[in-house]
Amino acid sequence: MWNRFRNAVKPLLNAVRDLTPIIVVILFFQGVVLKQPIPNLDELLAGLLFVLIGLALFIRGLEIGLFPLGEAMAHAFAKKGNVFWLLLFAFLLGFGTTVAEPALIAVAGKAAEVAAQSGAIKHSEMAMADYAFGLRMTVALSVGTAIVLGVLRILFGWPLHLCIMAGYLLVVVITYFAPEEIIGIAYDSGGVTTSTITVPLVTALGVGLATSIRGRNPVLDGFGLIAFASLLPMIFVMLYGVIIS
Amino acid sequence: MNMLDMFVDTMLSTLHDVLPIAAVLLGFQLLVLRQSIPHLWSVIRGFIYVLLGLALFLMGLQEAIFPLGETMARQLTDPHFLYGAAAEIPKLIQWQDYAWVYVFAFAIGLATTLAEPALIAVGLKAQQVSGGAISAWGLRIAVSLGVAVGVSIGCFRIVTGTDLWLYVVVAYVVVIIQTRFAPRMIIPLAYDSGGVTTSTVTVPLLAALGLGLASTIPGRSPLIDGFGLIAFASVFPIMSVMGYAQLSQKIGKSQQIKEEDNAL
Repeated sequence: MWNRFRNAVKPLLNAVRDLTPIIVVILFFQGVVLKQPIPNLDELLAGLLFVLIGLALFIRGLEIGLFPLGEAMAHAFAKKGNVFWLLLFAFLLGFGTTVAEPALIAVAGKAAEVAAQSGAIKHSEMAMADYAFGLRMTVALSVGTAIVLGVLRILFGWPLHLCIMAGYLLVVVITYFAPEEIIGIAYDSGGVTTSTITVPLVTALGVGLATSIRGRNPVLDGFGLIAFASLLPMIFVMLYGVIIS
Repeated sequence: MNMLDMFVDTMLSTLHDVLPIAAVLLGFQLLVLRQSIPHLWSVIRGFIYVLLGLALFLMGLQEAIFPLGETMARQLTDPHFLYGAAAEIPKLIQWQDYAWVYVFAFAIGLATTLAEPALIAVGLKAQQVSGGAISAWGLRIAVSLGVAVGVSIGCFRIVTGTDLWLYVVVAYVVVIIQTRFAPRMIIPLAYDSGGVTTSTVTVPLLAALGLGLASTIPGRSPLIDGFGLIAFASVFPIMSVMGYAQLSQKIGKSQQIKEEDNAL
């Protein structure tokens, strides 16, 4: 009984701690710098309450659901020993979670506007929709490929920092050739792709794999998948820009 | 909109996000792995918690924090606030005039990253896997500081109109140099933290800030200069996390030496 109660209250208290800084920042800037009253105080308080309960529920759900599942599947894949299925799973996980990501859909739409204004594509609904769709597919493809590469790295034990440095080098080289209007979008797309549900799952997958494969260290080899997933979209999006123009 | 309608709406769009993931997981579980999941009921309960939690979280953000944050970003970048209501707006802007914008960018970057659910998740996992050698809270503070500094510099870039790629290349060089000296254990986590920081809470607020800045400063195009803040928020945490590890290693070492001295 006591345990149950503690399990319910502790995430709530943690959520309060996690959200306090936002509230302090808002109060300070609204009251001291902008010198304005807070509009719709009751709505704000209700919204904060939702955020609080939502965050607590989410974290609890991660601990009992997403993390154990991700790790159990990673163990099962390692035991099965079939690399093809593991890589296909990795690809689909990356592709599937990215293609429907709302943040990405929003960014792709904006990017199409930029391209139309700069004259890279025709200024018509059709051309812009095509461009945005192509961009979304490019990013989703790149995240799928990134997770596959990251899993291969764990399997073969490649040192992460060398992979990332090679990636950086590619980014710098391609930046030189990419049309100017795509660079900002490309750099941003690296950060946008990794959503709130993908990150815990992918992390659990990496750590689970590194734990079940002999000779791999979960701290050294288990992390790093997200790093691939935020680097590869930059390269792919800039290539997309080069090909389109 | 009615609260209940809004909740159903957010719930449906969250479900839409989760569905492809659930399909991939379930498909592989049933068709390829064909093994029973341990603690199936608690996993299902966990999924329901995640869904409900994320829907509530997003709804609360949209209801309370985003509108206010976006209004504040607009007001802070408004020339009338910066130069006083009556004063004339100068043709050539000076980057120092935007001091409050940098402070706001720093504060909002720090605060929103601390509340980022994906980062909390990675922090928990890192602490668990490292057996407590990496503290979840320490990692989160290091990442948040990195985002805060990154976003402030990103705003400075928009105000001055300098090239994005220059900053990114310099940042990469610093990251590579740090990689050489940082404790090995932290490197994968540091690289990961770059991608983790920017999701649900941070991205919309940063986008509003970047767009607000780029659309009020003469000579900047919101479409071209408005982008790029997220890139800053993803590179700087890599540096700050490695820096944090280097610092705590140094402190650990000097303490050890002191203790040895005391023992002698």
